[in-house]
Amino acid sequence: MIEKVADTLDRFIFYFINGFRGFIKEVGLIAIFAWQSTKLLFAKPYRYGEILKHMEFIGNQSIGIIALTSVFTGLAISFQIYLGFKLVNATDLVGPTVALGISRELGPVLTGLIVSARAGGAMAARLGTMRVNEQMDALDVMGVNTKQYLIAPRLIAAVICMPLLTALFDFMAMVGSWFLCTKLVGLDHAVFMQKIRETIEMRHINEGLIKAAIFGFMFAVICTYKGFNTTGGAKGVGEATNRGVVISMVSIIILDYYLMNIIRIFYVLTGMSQ
Amino acid sequence: MSLKNTGDYAVMLENVQKTFDGKEFVLKGIDLKIPKGSLTSIIGFSGTGKSVMLKHMLGLFKPTSGKVTVLGTDISTLDENALTKFRCNYGVLFQSAALFDDMTVLENVCFPLEEHRRELSKEQVIQIALQKLKMVGLDPKHNEKLPSQISGGMQKRTGLARALALDPEILIYDEPTTGLDPILTEMVDNLIVETHQARPGTTSIMVSHNLQAAFRIADFVVMLDSGKVLLAGTPEDFYKTDIELVRRFVDKGIKHQ
Repeated sequence: MIEKVADTLDRFIFYFINGFRGFIKEVGLIAIFAWQSTKLLFAKPYRYGEILKHMEFIGNQSIGIIALTSVFTGLAISFQIYLGFKLVNATDLVGPTVALGISRELGPVLTGLIVSARAGGAMAARLGTMRVNEQMDALDVMGVNTKQYLIAPRLIAAVICMPLLTALFDFMAMVGSWFLCTKLVGLDHAVFMQKIRETIEMRHINEGLIKAAIFGFMFAVICTYKGFNTTGGAKGVGEATNRGVVISMVSIIILDYYLMNIIRIFYVLTGMSQ
Repeated sequence: MSLKNTGDYAVMLENVQKTFDGKEFVLKGIDLKIPKGSLTSIIGFSGTGKSVMLKHMLGLFKPTSGKVTVLGTDISTLDENALTKFRCNYGVLFQSAALFDDMTVLENVCFPLEEHRRELSKEQVIQIALQKLKMVGLDPKHNEKLPSQISGGMQKRTGLARALALDPEILIYDEPTTGLDPILTEMVDNLIVETHQARPGTTSIMVSHNLQAAFRIADFVVMLDSGKVLLAGTPEDFYKTDIELVRRFVDKGIKHQ
């Protein structure tokens, strides 16, 4: 009996250590890939056409889904906060509370999750297909730097588009919140707007936009890394897409927590109110 | 072929060894000299290291030990940037043609010119691309189609036109007829010969499982076995050889096809 327990424990520790080692190795490889790709961001030849093409895909084609989800997020969050604040007669503060939550946290995080699922998945699948169909080998032997041609424009496009999409998310979510507060639950429009103006500063919005740019860089690196290193045919492309999206989403949520703390420390050090 | 100067060879591999895991060697000391201007065919059983050797010639793999010299340059010591520039000397036709599926036929052929001949105007690039497409016999009505909208044979022609775009000194065909029907196979073989004859001085290297074609169209044949060169010479050398394995491979291969 004791031997069985010891054996099970051994296996558990073995799998845990192996899993941890694999995780560390993967993080290291992604970091190296990110560094190699970042070095090429401003390398010649500048590929404006490619950057615009990817911006159109990541940014323009995400506008509809971002606008739709953000309005409903604003509606749902506002209603829950309204119900809570009504208990303590503080419904005037629904607007600023929603605005703070959306601009600092929900805006960048939800935009990151939506865009990484939509555009990140497509990036991984596209690059994975190019890898298994020998298109990347073709680029290599044509004397084209594959990272500079395929990865760098996608990273730039993601970093530029994410703050823009987050700004759209923030705005549309607040439209949803305004609609719920003033048209559905009967709060006063002037009070709603006044309280937001009193509470929200530009730096709160910027905080979210900076986070969004970081999330954009991160999901683009992870998804392109997975696509770029695809092996094993169609099955490999599927796995790369799946893993790219899952790792990106989990990373965004975890990184958001750390960024929140870093920003908090920055405010404490500079003596700014939070 | 009696070639003695190193300048007579397009590709030279000297004691090239390759291992991926540090234990098992895929290439076990390859010594090979491919004459300039030849149409060389590389044959061998599956898993003998043909593709790995080809990737060494292209600089996609670095040898674990040994030296790979292409057109007089030791490419095994070049850094990534120098290698990227050096690869303009190659034109490669892949087994799957490897056309960029979001570009039209014409755009695929224009691509290497746009990348490396930036001094050319858009019109000049298109002019050269059209000329290459004409050279490989592709009907101009297909120029604006995507690769998915044309047949396998047309894709090969487009891939070859793209490989020829920069007028490379070395043309490499990686199993160009694998998976094609006999008619298409003959068409691609003829295309390779015609292209080679139309460009004197160009070295063509073909990895092939099609032994009939290998012996019919090549003037230099290399056979690999277990990561080593078993025999390298003219097709006549292969017919005359006493090496049992080569005899069996050649006899069976030709009978089966």
